[in-house]
Amino acid sequence: MKLSLHTLPQVPLEAETISPSLLLGKSPSEVEALPVFHGNNEMKLGDFFSVAPQSNNDTIEVEGDLSKVKLLGNAMSSGRLVIHGNVGAHLGAAMSGGEIIVEGNAADWAGREMSGGRIVIKGNAGHMLGSAVRGAAVGMLGGEIFVHGSAGNEIGHGMRRGLIAIGKDSGDFTGVNMRAGTIFVLGHLGQRPGAGLRRGTIVSMEGAELLPTFTYDCIYRPTFLTPYMLHLRKTGFDITDEVISGSYERWSGDSIELNRGEILLYVN
Amino acid sequence: MIINGVLIDETFAEAFGVRGTRIIITAQNQKWANIAAASITGFATSVIGCGVEAGIEREIDPSETPDGRPGVSVLMFAMSSAVLMKQLETRLGQCVLTCPTTAAFSGIYGDPETVTRINLGKNLRFFGDGFQISKQFGGKRYWRVPVMDGEFLVEETTGMVRAVGGGNFLILAESQPQALAACEAAIEAMKKLPNVIMPFPGGVVRSGSKVGSKYKALIASTNDAFCPTLKGATKSELSPEIGSVMEIVIDGLTDVDIRAATKAGIAAACALGSDNGIKRISAGNYGGKLGQFHFHLREIMA
Repeated sequence: MKLSLHTLPQVPLEAETISPSLLLGKSPSEVEALPVFHGNNEMKLGDFFSVAPQSNNDTIEVEGDLSKVKLLGNAMSSGRLVIHGNVGAHLGAAMSGGEIIVEGNAADWAGREMSGGRIVIKGNAGHMLGSAVRGAAVGMLGGEIFVHGSAGNEIGHGMRRGLIAIGKDSGDFTGVNMRAGTIFVLGHLGQRPGAGLRRGTIVSMEGAELLPTFTYDCIYRPTFLTPYMLHLRKTGFDITDEVISGSYERWSGDSIELNRGEILLYVN
Repeated sequence: MIINGVLIDETFAEAFGVRGTRIIITAQNQKWANIAAASITGFATSVIGCGVEAGIEREIDPSETPDGRPGVSVLMFAMSSAVLMKQLETRLGQCVLTCPTTAAFSGIYGDPETVTRINLGKNLRFFGDGFQISKQFGGKRYWRVPVMDGEFLVEETTGMVRAVGGGNFLILAESQPQALAACEAAIEAMKKLPNVIMPFPGGVVRSGSKVGSKYKALIASTNDAFCPTLKGATKSELSPEIGSVMEIVIDGLTDVDIRAATKAGIAAACALGSDNGIKRISAGNYGGKLGQFHFHLREIMA
């Protein structure tokens, strides 16, 4: 099924009905009749999108300038959602399965509190990638988020499980309040990474300035990284043989928390 | 049936249903992966006295291992799942965890209908004394146990399957050196096959046994019918020209694997032929009443 934006929303459009779990199996007219919120006005999906059937049985494609369209793939549990272009906030929020592919950039809160499935963003992502909502202690519970560009602040805030990989740079407070899980940043790590880290792993391919509550352990070769790196390489990240077999500085922290977390910095 | 002058007895090997597992051991280089594998498969020739039968299946190229380092695959078999699970954890802890630079991974995955997940690193993680780290990735859980040389990486579980133990064949030769040469050739051919091990020293048993003994305390004793020095003293199965008999025992993940290994081994032994003193191939069984698997030699070699 293909949804094409024919009318640009003037204010954010909440389109959580655009999810494979909700659309697959429905006819175009049924899909067009689904509710969306344009600001605080309830309207129909067909007021903004035209719907055409396609041969892919498990894939929903969406095209157009979706930078003001929010909550695509919200709570999806299966199927594929392919977005041709940029997309608005809360992409794939609370998803538990399936796959979302964004050909362009994603706004803030992508993968918010997801527990399974995979999000691939070929461009950049905003802030709060894979994070908890404000006030929640626990965020992402599983799944994978791959951003081939850069991402903003507070990546993986409160992360409990799962994998996030950033192909370029990350913003500040990467992995803040992280409880477990793994975050890779192949470019430059922003300021104050791992603040409040309880457990979990943050890996950076470049050196970084760390908080004074992190303690240097050693330089060693973490063999557990290889399966991750090979997986990232297969999914399109530029992972060299040197970083796979290389050595890393290990820093334990955050000592103001449980101090069982780690930041690994590649030693070139 | 005669192959290159070697008589193939019209008999069969009798084998049993057992439980089997495979693990992959990696290390910084092939030398240390082999050391760890030799250690974990040591003292594992027979379930009778060792609890398990274990052996090295093959070396593994770094491109095939989960951590991209040189590795070895090890097969282990036991009569019961409880014994196999206990032995695996004990041996892993004493022989692989302790060995420099190693990591250990599951060697069997599959349908829960046929593959049971058993502990590999699940309890070993407690050696980390609270400092161990769990990583869940790709549907698997790994444990990172901090150790003095760095970190021991171990997958939480491996797979256990119903397998086959006790396939065998006997090589009857004119002399001890000739019997050994035939066994060496057989083992070299059999080692190229997947899913099987030959658990005895070098793959060969010089002291094949029979069930029972004149001594009530013993469950097994020397197979006197095949002992060349007892031809005059017991009811012998050996003709006058036979001076030495050696046995190869095979454990495998399936009966098909054992058939393939048996065929490869006998063919290699027969390639030496009767001109090199190899006179006969036989097999050991219990009359066919105990084991679920019968490997008929002539059917295999046909």
